[in-house]
Amino acid sequence: MHNLFIGELADGLKSRQISSVELTRHLLSRIERLNPALNAFITLTAEQALADAAAADARLEAGERGPLLGIPLIHKDIFCTDGVKTSCGSRMLDNFIAPYDATVVARFKAAGTVMLGKSNMDEFAMGSSNETSYYGPVRNPWDTGKVPGGSSGGSAAATAARLTPFATGTDTGGSIRQPAALTGVTGLKPTYGRVSRYGLIAFASSLDQAGVFARSASDAAAALQVMAGFDPRDSTSVDTPVPDYSAALSRPLKGLKIGLLREFFDGLEPRNAALIEDALNIYTGLGAETREVSLPHLPLSVPTYYVVAPAECSSNLSRFDGVRFGHRCENPKDLLDLYKRSRGEGFGAEVKRRIMTGTYVLSAGYFDAYYLKAQKARRLITNDFRSAFEKVDLVIGPTTPTPAFDIGAKMDDPVLMYLNDIYTIGANLAGLPGISVPCGFVDSLPMGLQLIGPHFAEAKLLNAAHQYQQATDWHRHAPRGYE
Amino acid sequence: MSLTRQDVEKIAHLARLSITDQEMPVYVSSLSSIVDFVDELARTDTEGVLPMAHPLDGQHQRMREDAVSESDHRQKYQRNAPAVTAGLYVVPRVIE
Amino acid sequence: MRDWEVVIGLEIHAQLATQSKIFSGSATAYGAPPNTQANLVDLAYPGVLPVLNARAVQMAVKFGLAVDATVAPRSVFARKNYFYPDLPKGYQISQYELPVVARGSLKVVLDGGEVKTVGITRAHLEEDAGKSLHEGLAHASGIDLNRAGTPLLEIVSEPDMRSAKEAVAYMKKIHTLVRYLEICDGNMQEGSFRCDANVSVRPKGEEKLGTRAEIKNLNSFRFVEKAIQYEVARQVELIESGGKVVQETRLYDSDKDETRSMRSKEEANDYRYFPDPDLLPVEIDAQFIEAVRKTLPELPDQKAARFAKDFGLSAYDAGVLSASRELGAYFEAVVAGLSAGHAKLAANWVMGELSSALNRDSVDIERSRVNPLQLIGLLTRIVDETISGKIAKEVFEAMWSDGKPADAIIEAKGLRQITDAGAIEGMIDAVIAANPAQLADYRSGKDKLFGFFVGQVMKATAGKANPAQLNDLLKKKLGGGGNA
Repeated sequence: MHNLFIGELADGLKSRQISSVELTRHLLSRIERLNPALNAFITLTAEQALADAAAADARLEAGERGPLLGIPLIHKDIFCTDGVKTSCGSRMLDNFIAPYDATVVARFKAAGTVMLGKSNMDEFAMGSSNETSYYGPVRNPWDTGKVPGGSSGGSAAATAARLTPFATGTDTGGSIRQPAALTGVTGLKPTYGRVSRYGLIAFASSLDQAGVFARSASDAAAALQVMAGFDPRDSTSVDTPVPDYSAALSRPLKGLKIGLLREFFDGLEPRNAALIEDALNIYTGLGAETREVSLPHLPLSVPTYYVVAPAECSSNLSRFDGVRFGHRCENPKDLLDLYKRSRGEGFGAEVKRRIMTGTYVLSAGYFDAYYLKAQKARRLITNDFRSAFEKVDLVIGPTTPTPAFDIGAKMDDPVLMYLNDIYTIGANLAGLPGISVPCGFVDSLPMGLQLIGPHFAEAKLLNAAHQYQQATDWHRHAPRGYE
Repeated sequence: MSLTRQDVEKIAHLARLSITDQEMPVYVSSLSSIVDFVDELARTDTEGVLPMAHPLDGQHQRMREDAVSESDHRQKYQRNAPAVTAGLYVVPRVIE
Repeated sequence: MRDWEVVIGLEIHAQLATQSKIFSGSATAYGAPPNTQANLVDLAYPGVLPVLNARAVQMAVKFGLAVDATVAPRSVFARKNYFYPDLPKGYQISQYELPVVARGSLKVVLDGGEVKTVGITRAHLEEDAGKSLHEGLAHASGIDLNRAGTPLLEIVSEPDMRSAKEAVAYMKKIHTLVRYLEICDGNMQEGSFRCDANVSVRPKGEEKLGTRAEIKNLNSFRFVEKAIQYEVARQVELIESGGKVVQETRLYDSDKDETRSMRSKEEANDYRYFPDPDLLPVEIDAQFIEAVRKTLPELPDQKAARFAKDFGLSAYDAGVLSASRELGAYFEAVVAGLSAGHAKLAANWVMGELSSALNRDSVDIERSRVNPLQLIGLLTRIVDETISGKIAKEVFEAMWSDGKPADAIIEAKGLRQITDAGAIEGMIDAVIAANPAQLADYRSGKDKLFGFFVGQVMKATAGKANPAQLNDLLKKKLGGGGNA
């Protein structure tokens, strides 16, 4: 049952061959058995899940239909869930019960999904390996000595391990696409503004975007259909119609113009490059045309990101001050002590490092040299993408430079860790949608193929990814022990 | 090291973060390497380029109608508060 | 002091009179129990986002139009970062580089009648902070965030004022204006209208500005005047004794009538302003501006000019009567109810008896115990000579205390003026007969005694004799002497 795709599960539920309660029980028992080795969850909501599943079954019995009615899911612990602990992977929020639902959560609730729990993540989504979580690292189901990627590592690992049909995530610099690649699942980051950020605990407001992990592009399309749409509570949410993503999946790719990003291939590890070559051949076989395109300013994307994201985070995380919610130090001797110790104790090392980086680049005397400069570089990078999309429909490249690395390997060198995001960050800076799909293995570890499209081209991305998955079976591979 | 211990102490104070003596050298060195890394931007020619604060150009702020849409949920919202008295959030004495 | 020039600029914070907060749907009403008007956005809960209140923007534009300023076609909200318990997000959403209103000016009438134009550098939208309360808490403060997120218009003047009195005159004019525009209730006790004063001194003739001190949170006109006076004296004394003024934030202590340094804000502020990524640029097009322009009322200066022209009032009277929209409306209602040519009478009564009664009992003109119709009733009796102006004051007091119409009081108290010449003559004859010595003195040239006779007759008629008639008849009867 856990190997079925969403469409198959939905069919089973509709025909009442399976019940949502049965499905939920099955997944909860898998979680109980398999999760201890993975640490993919921060909170399990088994009791509520069974109640919600029973409610979904009742609706199904009553003849109600919906593509996700009765389908279980996991939310990244960055989304506020009313009455449920929402920790954001941080000691700061270890005691925090959200008093409201994020828009994404509310939309999935309304669609009749069943939340199994909240997934582990890098603290405040700051990390590329899931090692910065207060709740310990998540392990990669393909090799538990390896990281699953981050920051949405728990959602990725749980989806790969077939503990859930799909899971939500957020992507600020690659936090959906990179872990999707490293765990061999499909990960979609929509256009900035396509999915509401309301109730998503902010890391970097101009970069954060909610998205989804699933085991196929088709499943991702079904999930996006529910998430996407205008939200008056998010000023950066865009009021533009949501197309029928599932209907667009089967369009033929004949004549699709795919751009190869030269900068992505420069110095690419040969085995990784070979996988991308294979994928290109598949696309050519499907009738797509490929041509090389260049984003000359792309090398600036990592330094740009590591100015913009910390700057925004340093301000976004000021609200965690030990006054209204979250961690508060014992016996503060005065106000300054309350602030410094509550924040010093509540935040982990990487979060503090980014807050300080951001504080520095915004401070008097450095603002122009760093923050303003980064904003200008951001425009140069965005303009590069714009010119590329005048020539091609989508661009293609690897999602990550390497497969999953050893837990602990990069924790001492933040810059080395940051370079892991080199292929994913550009899309965030330009607000573009991107998808990572499994495209083969290096050293028995999954690798991801990344497609990036122009603003609001999710349907085209999903279409291209789906067609690729019709022609290949990389997305059907399960890690050993989780089949 | 592009940042000194004093620099980092000043930043930590601005950001209201307590940093222990043991942690301090680690932050001095890692923040220095990050600053060196992003210094690449300084060498980029951005003459005449407009800064970009939002990923979607051409969008502008929507405005909502002036109407009260919220009611009182103090009790629920204060359940997360570490210290409350008579409906007030309690902090060490604020000195002006 | 004679060698020093005082330079003052004001930053006025006017709470905008919206129903809901600038970035959330919480109510802005004053005086609710603590934190009952603080929703998730106001409390800065993780994950919440701001959405801009259209009315706050309209109000800012309205102000901009009223001071002949430029309304920015594109303005940007920025974050001002600092930690303070009444600032839940750890930053205040404000406007920094691109404010919604820039470069306006306002004409202010000074005491001597001189008109001074004060430059308005900018006016920007921002959110108010909460409040820290200390009463009844040992070594602790309690935070109430009901006020957090209330829209503020911060109106920044050029350093154009040269004395505390000028600063107060400017602040009063802004106060009048924002209430005219109905964008702020102007209630200073509740903190709806308050200001920070930037004060410096420089030797006369010097072009370079002196180092300034910023006095925070002045919430009455009197405090503004006293705080600036104290601060000017302090700075002059400091410099004359060889010291230097340091740039700092100071607080005015009204109990001690002094300003003192705010130690908590003394550390170098580094606010790390940057554009708020949760809010997009605000675009205001010509259509928006025109729609707001249509809502502009007649402005105080326009009203004063019209009063002076249409009603033949002095500039001073016209200024007083246009100082608030309500006062102006009251006055106009009274003028409209009287026959033509009596605007001056109406002006005198509104500025005189009515205003002193309102002041004495601390009543707003809208809740005046004598409404315009009632005052018309009274003034009509002066105009038709039923009563004299003097008797009218007595009638007004009675109207004020028991709320009855003028005619009822005149009838009940028998205050109707005596206009029967025969009756008045009889009274005059009796008075003359009873005072032969005074008559002799008067006739021998003591003109002043004319008043004595008027007084005697008035006394005999309980003030009801028609004064003009009495004058004429008395002159005839006394004959000779005086100016008669």
